[in-house]
Amino acid sequence: MKIVVLVKQVPDSGAERNLRAEDNTVDRASANNVINEMDEYAIEEALRLQEAHGGEVTVLTMGPQRATESIRKALSMGPDGAVHVVDDALSGTDALGTSKVLAKALERLNADVIICGAESTDARGQVLPHMLAERLGVAALTGARKLTVDGSQLTIERQTEEGYEVVTAATPAIVSVWDTINEPRYPSFKGIMAAKKKPVETLSIADLGVDAGEVGWAGAQTTVKEHTKRPPRSAGQKVTDSGEGGVALVDYLSSEKFV
Amino acid sequence: MTDFGLSEEHRELRETVRRFAQDKVAPVIGKYYERHEFPYELIKQMGGMGLFGLPFSSEFGGMDGDYLALGITLEELARVDSSVAITLEAATSLGAMPIYRFGTDEQKRRWLPDLIAGEKLAGFGLTEASSGSDAGRIRTTATLDEATNEWVINGGKVFITNSGTDITSLVTVTALTGPDEISAIIVPSGTPGFTVAPGYSKVGWCASDTHELTFDNCRVPAENLLGQRGRGFAQFLSILDEGRVAIAALATGLAQGCVDESIKYAKEREAFGSAIGGYQAIQFMIADMESRAVTARLAWRDAAARLVAGQDFKRAAAIAKLHSSTVAVDNARDATQIHGGYGFMNEFPVARMWRDSKILEIGEGTSEIQKMVIARDLGLR
Repeated sequence: MKIVVLVKQVPDSGAERNLRAEDNTVDRASANNVINEMDEYAIEEALRLQEAHGGEVTVLTMGPQRATESIRKALSMGPDGAVHVVDDALSGTDALGTSKVLAKALERLNADVIICGAESTDARGQVLPHMLAERLGVAALTGARKLTVDGSQLTIERQTEEGYEVVTAATPAIVSVWDTINEPRYPSFKGIMAAKKKPVETLSIADLGVDAGEVGWAGAQTTVKEHTKRPPRSAGQKVTDSGEGGVALVDYLSSEKFV
Repeated sequence: MTDFGLSEEHRELRETVRRFAQDKVAPVIGKYYERHEFPYELIKQMGGMGLFGLPFSSEFGGMDGDYLALGITLEELARVDSSVAITLEAATSLGAMPIYRFGTDEQKRRWLPDLIAGEKLAGFGLTEASSGSDAGRIRTTATLDEATNEWVINGGKVFITNSGTDITSLVTVTALTGPDEISAIIVPSGTPGFTVAPGYSKVGWCASDTHELTFDNCRVPAENLLGQRGRGFAQFLSILDEGRVAIAALATGLAQGCVDESIKYAKEREAFGSAIGGYQAIQFMIADMESRAVTARLAWRDAAARLVAGQDFKRAAAIAKLHSSTVAVDNARDATQIHGGYGFMNEFPVARMWRDSKILEIGEGTSEIQKMVIARDLGLR
C-alpha cells in the first residue's frame, strides 16, 4: 500500500501569531514554525496503516525552504521519505492554487491512500482535502475519527457534532483526520538519527508542469483585504455577593445561554 | 541554556523528551506519587519512545545512542519528575548495562531485547542491610552445588530499584562465591527461594519501585554467573562509575525543575502589592539556583563527554555526582522557601522535588564516597 501524508508547516498555535501588515498573509518569518498539529495525527495514522498492511509512507509538503525542519521532524516519527515542493513563485498561493500544486505532485506519487489533517491551525479552511479529491478524481473521506482498511475498501467514522457517520470508499482516496483518531507517537532517538538519512526529493513548480501564473499572488483567486487584531479581553463583569450572588451568576449564565 | 557539544540529534531528543515530560508525565505523576503506585502506563510509553534502549546497540533493539543521550533524557524527565527518571536510570545503567557489558552472547540474547524495549525491567542487587558504602563487605553467599550444577544463594539485599514490578524479569545480585571472592549472578524473577518484600514507604521517589529481597536456598543454573567468577566487585565498580554520570544528569534535572517552578511562581505570587519575583531577596535566590543548575550541567556533560570519548572519567563522574546532588538539595530547599506554605503541600511539584532531592546525596555512592573517589584519584591514599 502506498500512503502519502500531507504535512504543512504552520506558526505554533500556542504562541502569538500575526498577519503581515503589508500583504495580510501569515507572518511565518518571525513565528516559531512547527508541524501543523492535526498533521501529526495524520502521520500516526499512516504509520499504523503501514504497520498493519505494509507498503510505504511518503510525506508531501509544499512550503518554503525552512519547512525542511518540519519534514525532518515528520520523518523522525517513521515515514520512509518525503517530497518537498519549494519554489519562490509559490509565495502568496491560496488554497485553490495549493490544491493545484499538491494534486500535480500527488499524480506523480500514485498513492493508494492520501492522509491529511482535517484542518491547519493557521488557515482553518478545511477545504484542501475536497479540492484535492476533485482534482484527482478520487473519493474524499473527510473528518475521520476512525479509519479501517479492508483490502481496497476504506471505511471511516466521520465525526459530526451529533455523533458520527460511517462512510466508505474504494482506494485511491483521500482521508482527512481529527485529533480524536489516535495518539501520535513521539519520535525515538533512532528515528531522529534515521530521519537525517531519509530521501527528501525537492520539486519546483516547473518540475510539476505548473505555470508560475497559476500560483502565487498572480494566480490567487482569493485575497485577504484587511485584518484586525482580536480585541484584548475586556475586564468582565463583577458580581458582589450580598446574599443574591448566586442568583446574579445564574442570570448571567442564562443571558449568555450557558444554562 | 548552554548547548555546547550537543548535536542536532541530541537537541531534538531533548526537545522530544521535554514535550513528553510536560504533556504526559506532569499531569498525572502527582497522583501516582501520592498513591505510591508504579506508573506502568508512562513506562510503557517511554519504552515505545526507545528511551530504555538509548545507550545500547541496535543489535539488541537499542537506539545506538550513548551516555550523553541517556543523560539528556534523564535530565529532562527529572526536571518534571524524578520517579520516572530513576526508574529509567536504574533500568538502563544498573539493570541492563551489567548484562550488556559482561554477559555471554546467550545471556544477552535471552534478557536484553525485552529490557531494552522497556517491556521488562531488571534490578541490580548490591546493597545489603549491613553493607552500603562498604560494598565489599557483603554477606550474601552463592555456593556452587556441583551435583546439580546450580548456584545456591542465601542472604538478602536492600533498597533495590525495579526489583518487584509486575514486569521485572531479573535481578543481578552480588554474592560471595568464596572467601573474599565476589561474583555477580542473574536471578530470574519468580525463582523459588527468591522473595520480594512489599515496597518500602519512602520519603521520596514515591512512584518508583523499591524492595528488600531475600534469598533462601535460591537455586539458579551455574550459567547464570554474570561475567567472570570473582570479578563481581570490579564489575559493579565500573557500572557505578557510569551510573554516576546518569545520576548527576538526573540531579541536574531536579535542580533545573526547581528553577522552572520558582520562576513561574515568583511571577504569579503577589506580596506587599507586587509579584514577589520583583523583590531582590527572591531574585538573588533564583539567580543562585540557576547558577548552580548550570554548573551541575557542565559537570555531568564533562563527565559524559569523557565517557563517550573513551577517556578516564572516574574523577569527573564523582565530581559531577557530588556537585549535582548538593545543588539539587540546595535548589529544592530554596524553591520550597520561595513557595512558602504552598511549598510544603504535596500537590505542588516543588514539594515532590524537595522530598526527591535528599536521596541524590545518598544513592549510587554517598557524597562522602564521591569525595573518597576524588581524593584517591588525586593520589591521596
